[in-house]
Amino acid sequence: MVNTESEITLLVDGAPRRLTVDNRVTLLDALRDRLGVTSPKKGCDHGQCGACTVLLDGRRVTTCLTFAVACDGAEVTTSAGLAVDGRLHPLHQAFLDHDGFQCGYCTPGQICSAAGVLDEARAGWPSAVTADVRTTPSLGEEEIRERMSGNLCRCGAYVNIVAAISEVAGKGEAGP
Amino acid sequence: MTGLLEPRSVGADRERVDGAAKVTGTAPYAYEQPVPNPAYLHPVQATIARGEVTDVRTGDATALDGVLAVLTPFDAPRLETGRDAELEILQSPEVHFRGQLIGAVVAETPEIARQAADLVRVSYARSDHDVSLSADHPGLYRPDEVNAGGETDTRQGDPDGAFAGAARTVEATYTTPMYHNNPLEPHTTVASWDSSGLTIYDSTQGVHSMRQVVASTFGIDESGIRVVAPYVGGGFGSKGTPHANIVLTVLAAKRMAGRPVKYALTRQQMFSFVGYRTPTIQRVRLGADEHGRLVSLSNDVVEQTSRIKEYAEQSGEPARKLYAAPNRRTTHRLAPLDVPVPSWMRAPGECPGMFAPEVAMDELAQACGLDPIELRVRNEPETDPGSGLPFSSRNLVACLREGARRFGWDTRPRPARSTLEDGWWVGTGVASSAYPVHQSPGSSTATVRFTAARRYEVRIGAVDIGTGAWTALTQIAADALDVPFEDVDLRIGDTGLPAAAVAGGSSGITNWGWAIVEAARVFREKFGADPSPGDERTATQPENPNTERYAMSAYGAQFAEVRVDAYTGEIRVPRLLGVFAAGRIVNPRTARSQLVGGMTMGLSMALHEESVTDERFGFVVNHDLAEYHIAACADVRRIEAHWLDEHDPYVNPMGTKGIGEIGIVGTAAAIANAAYHATGVRVRDLPITADKFL
Repeated sequence: MVNTESEITLLVDGAPRRLTVDNRVTLLDALRDRLGVTSPKKGCDHGQCGACTVLLDGRRVTTCLTFAVACDGAEVTTSAGLAVDGRLHPLHQAFLDHDGFQCGYCTPGQICSAAGVLDEARAGWPSAVTADVRTTPSLGEEEIRERMSGNLCRCGAYVNIVAAISEVAGKGEAGP
Repeated sequence: MTGLLEPRSVGADRERVDGAAKVTGTAPYAYEQPVPNPAYLHPVQATIARGEVTDVRTGDATALDGVLAVLTPFDAPRLETGRDAELEILQSPEVHFRGQLIGAVVAETPEIARQAADLVRVSYARSDHDVSLSADHPGLYRPDEVNAGGETDTRQGDPDGAFAGAARTVEATYTTPMYHNNPLEPHTTVASWDSSGLTIYDSTQGVHSMRQVVASTFGIDESGIRVVAPYVGGGFGSKGTPHANIVLTVLAAKRMAGRPVKYALTRQQMFSFVGYRTPTIQRVRLGADEHGRLVSLSNDVVEQTSRIKEYAEQSGEPARKLYAAPNRRTTHRLAPLDVPVPSWMRAPGECPGMFAPEVAMDELAQACGLDPIELRVRNEPETDPGSGLPFSSRNLVACLREGARRFGWDTRPRPARSTLEDGWWVGTGVASSAYPVHQSPGSSTATVRFTAARRYEVRIGAVDIGTGAWTALTQIAADALDVPFEDVDLRIGDTGLPAAAVAGGSSGITNWGWAIVEAARVFREKFGADPSPGDERTATQPENPNTERYAMSAYGAQFAEVRVDAYTGEIRVPRLLGVFAAGRIVNPRTARSQLVGGMTMGLSMALHEESVTDERFGFVVNHDLAEYHIAACADVRRIEAHWLDEHDPYVNPMGTKGIGEIGIVGTAAAIANAAYHATGVRVRDLPITADKFL
């Protein structure tokens, strides 16, 4: 009998979680179905909508395209984990202030993605719309729209999402 | 009604009460409700478009470790039949459309369920199918009525004679494709059926209407069913009526006898059996005198329905009531096809049915040499052209004028194809919007209770699908009770609460809000300003006598700026601006989101969305979010929504008209008209893609 299960450890929102997973299980399903961590959402299961986005070792990934078995020892931060000791992250507050969501289903993914965007821009990563890739890009609306286009919002909150991220980017707030 | 509710909390800009839970992802949607030891369902779908299942071999599936049950059309629990063919699944071997639910596997994990569903071997006796809509389809028939209860056909005067004698005419056919709602949260049901009854956590727009359908479908009493939906990840109509996935999950839960069953659709499955907007073919004829006044207006609509259940989208409605015209005709004809049942999608009828006439009006403005706004102003009716009733309030012209001012319409060059900037043809366009005020008297009941903590608990089985109802109803309750917003605890989304109408037809605030206002009134009448803990009163939304006396609609004007690449035909929309008159606005923050969200979906409809059917096999080919493109962040630039202060004492005690749908009505026409102004190319078939300019 071939062994099709693996034991892994994940550090999820600061808490170590040990579990045995079927090797076919995605990180998203491991979080949602096995660990009860439901902040990342399943919208398409094919990496097309971005609702399942988390920060995996600090970088944004679509967890529906990531096998859990490949993440042994990794650090997973969900939108819930961005709030530390009940204090909302500046991105959370900006989304509330600008009403950057309606149904809320894409929102934790949008926020994790936005946190990734802020870090990527700070690290000097260019995007498809960066005019001069030798300089550190500044997060204007054009850059934010481009970098956030992996996260779909069917309610049509993009205008407010861009406003929320612009505000946080403008203040240079990295997080709590 | 004697005056409107005094607004104190209503009208204030408020953060969503469910906001913190949503941004952190801790608000539990249906799939996330904790149930003990769940089993997981994966369906088996028909791979033919018409015929019969002759055999289902389940041996390989049941042999798999972890498989708990396999349901087939030959052994599934029985349902009450003869009521709703869409829901009566697994009751016979017949296949009516490709993708129809014909079985299910229940297993210990989602992975095993999916693998086992692939191992179920189905044999078919295939029949010829027909999934192709055309204006001359031989099966076209006249439905008895259209969605929302409207007449199938209307006729005033002599539309053909007046058209023939008109000084200026437009006659053209406009088409809109099939659209799929695609809320971001897939339809989800978690059902457990044990000795204490049936509990369903569902992604639904109406807990009570859903309970009623489940009760009648399974032949059980409503009192034994509880439906819960505190948070719903969008619906746009597709979660407004129960679809077959709910029945399949409950069938499995019945088989599992007490163990909860979870079923969340895959994105691909959402193109098969949870509703969609029918494609439309609209033949519009406008005739006007030399001053641009309409003498004849007609829209003859052809759409599709399924052979097994009729759904007649009311796309002729906008032509019935937006403009004055002494001679008028609207008709609806349906082609019955071997397709899934079409259903509600944001502003059914009103949205596709506004596209054709509003592009035709732009063509008429051109034919008359008139500014498109001036043409609309000249055709403003004094009373509702459909019913003859006076308007409770109508500010379409004011919206057009205010929008023109904000948009900078007066600097627009009159001729089309007159502005080329950096290789892009630039143009602007306008279209009207309208959406009726729907209300269902008696549909919604609320309870107000004063608690031991000296707070007001307001209970009603409403559902917030992202509209902001959690917040807006709290604001209405606060004003109805004359207490601060913070003193109200709202409870919604549960059949354990008083019955409430579905979240649809932009009628949630009208129906639920009125029930709350009424409950607050009888509560204060009985207990005064200083109630005791435990005091409680319940009331139902009353009749509105004004609906017999007045025509009630919200109105708006939408403006678009469009750029079309002169060489590639790539089209971009750098700017949309809408001005709306929709009665009193309860929460400006969430209202703006509703309106901008509707316009964003309208932009998506105009440029991107189209479900493409493979006629050989009868299914939607582009059945995921990579190939069915909905507007992404980079597709959307500047979108502004404004509103006029509108006082309407007739609609309801809050003075609200509903704002969930009017934002999408008219957007696509404004963009199409702007695209014509930019390029001189008239696109009458959505979506407006690059190839149409080349």
